[in-house]
Amino acid sequence: MFSLAFMQNAYLAGTFIAIICGTIGVFVIARNLSFLTHTLSEIGFAGAAFGIFMGWTALSGMLIFTVISSVIVGQMSVKQSRREASISAISALFIGLGILFLSLSNQTSSYATSILFGSVIGIAHADVIRVAVLSGIVLLVMLGLYRPLKFDSFDAIGAKVSGLWTTAISVVFLVLVAMSVSVAAQIVGSLLIFILLTLPAAAARYFVHTVSKMIGLSIIFALIGVWLGLYLSYVTNLPVSFFIASIECLFYFAALGFQRLRVGA
Amino acid sequence: MTEPLIAVEHLGIAFPNNQVFEDLNFKIDRGDFVTVIGENGVGKTTLIRALLGMLKPTSGQIKYFPNKKATKIGYVPQFRNLDQEYPLTIEDFVGLNVHGWLPWLTKAEHQQVRTAMAVTNVKKIAQRPLGMASGGEKQRAYLAQAIVEQPKLLILDESTASLDNEMKYELLDLVQNLNQTSDITVFFVTHDLPLAKKYAKHYLALRPGEQQFGDMADMSIEQLKEVTNV
Repeated sequence: MFSLAFMQNAYLAGTFIAIICGTIGVFVIARNLSFLTHTLSEIGFAGAAFGIFMGWTALSGMLIFTVISSVIVGQMSVKQSRREASISAISALFIGLGILFLSLSNQTSSYATSILFGSVIGIAHADVIRVAVLSGIVLLVMLGLYRPLKFDSFDAIGAKVSGLWTTAISVVFLVLVAMSVSVAAQIVGSLLIFILLTLPAAAARYFVHTVSKMIGLSIIFALIGVWLGLYLSYVTNLPVSFFIASIECLFYFAALGFQRLRVGA
Repeated sequence: MTEPLIAVEHLGIAFPNNQVFEDLNFKIDRGDFVTVIGENGVGKTTLIRALLGMLKPTSGQIKYFPNKKATKIGYVPQFRNLDQEYPLTIEDFVGLNVHGWLPWLTKAEHQQVRTAMAVTNVKKIAQRPLGMASGGEKQRAYLAQAIVEQPKLLILDESTASLDNEMKYELLDLVQNLNQTSDITVFFVTHDLPLAKKYAKHYLALRPGEQQFGDMADMSIEQLKEVTNV
């Protein structure tokens, strides 16, 4: 299997994406941003359509759309209670725009589905490098911001009163999420990014109870899903997204079961 | 002989259509234990936010000695929405408030966290997820987080409101101990007059448009009731 160049590329890119998603995911879950992540995947698709329509690359369109919309959502939904509704509004608007641009740019719908579901088989060596560079940037920024980000994500009230610049942290974090979604979605698809950004981290928090351990376990869950998913997909010739989604769901349901056994609730 | 830590002079704070304070004056000395009492809506939380520097006064000033930067403030907020599934251990939660740029805590910083947990009596349950802790344990963990950076001033905003009687006194005993042994000045906002009377050295009684500041020793609970309307 590894003698095939495209499988090597798929494994390399998948590994980087699993690491970055596992890491960011812990903060996505802590900040209750799962829904926004889901929306960003769809917005990414709209951005790609826009990029094609404008004659740019799909990636530029995705970056523009996801970054702008996540900053808007971040600004609009300071109050938790308003967050869901404002995310719905923003995503409705952007998805509508995506469909509009797709139809205006005369692209076939197969292009849209490849953005939504990705095409692991088509990953070129240049894509792997792009993902590696992006992962490096995101991880470096996260390391630099680690303590404030951790404080704000796991105790927003405490962070605010201790004088941290919580709004700035939140915007930077949303931009990081948007960047990761955009670049990684080209390769593994928007749907898969959403899965990897939420489920491994959501499962990890039931097994371990410090931020660093949660990041570690979340990366492990993401890696197992990606590696095993790619293998199963290779063997069965069925879509990789299906396998990764199923494996991550298994981890999550197992975590819920574990929690139920432990606290009886 | 008493050194001031914070002096509030002619403080005025106004929101659109609402003048919360007009001319508020009082002084917190180093090592003091001041309790703030008053009805809901009289501006207690507003005053805290002004002290924390989260709110700009419309008039007057708040002076910090020797300066604002050196006057570190630890704060235990009234509400924290941490549910049963809150994942972090008490130790990790306390460590959140240790500021720095390294992603990990240094040896000295770990020691700081352990010290804060020891004096607030949560060291034994350091590895328990905070979501699984009882109400009293949670408040002690919040307290530990607030003092981990060794603040000069500790602000408690109705921290005892959700606790039963026994736990209230346990928590305040800890706070009093910090006040006496660690040179931490305490600013305690409460509705609970017997509690205020037992622990505080000074009181700040707030009523709409007026205030009274004085020695707690001079006041009986009945008199406190009268000046605060609580």
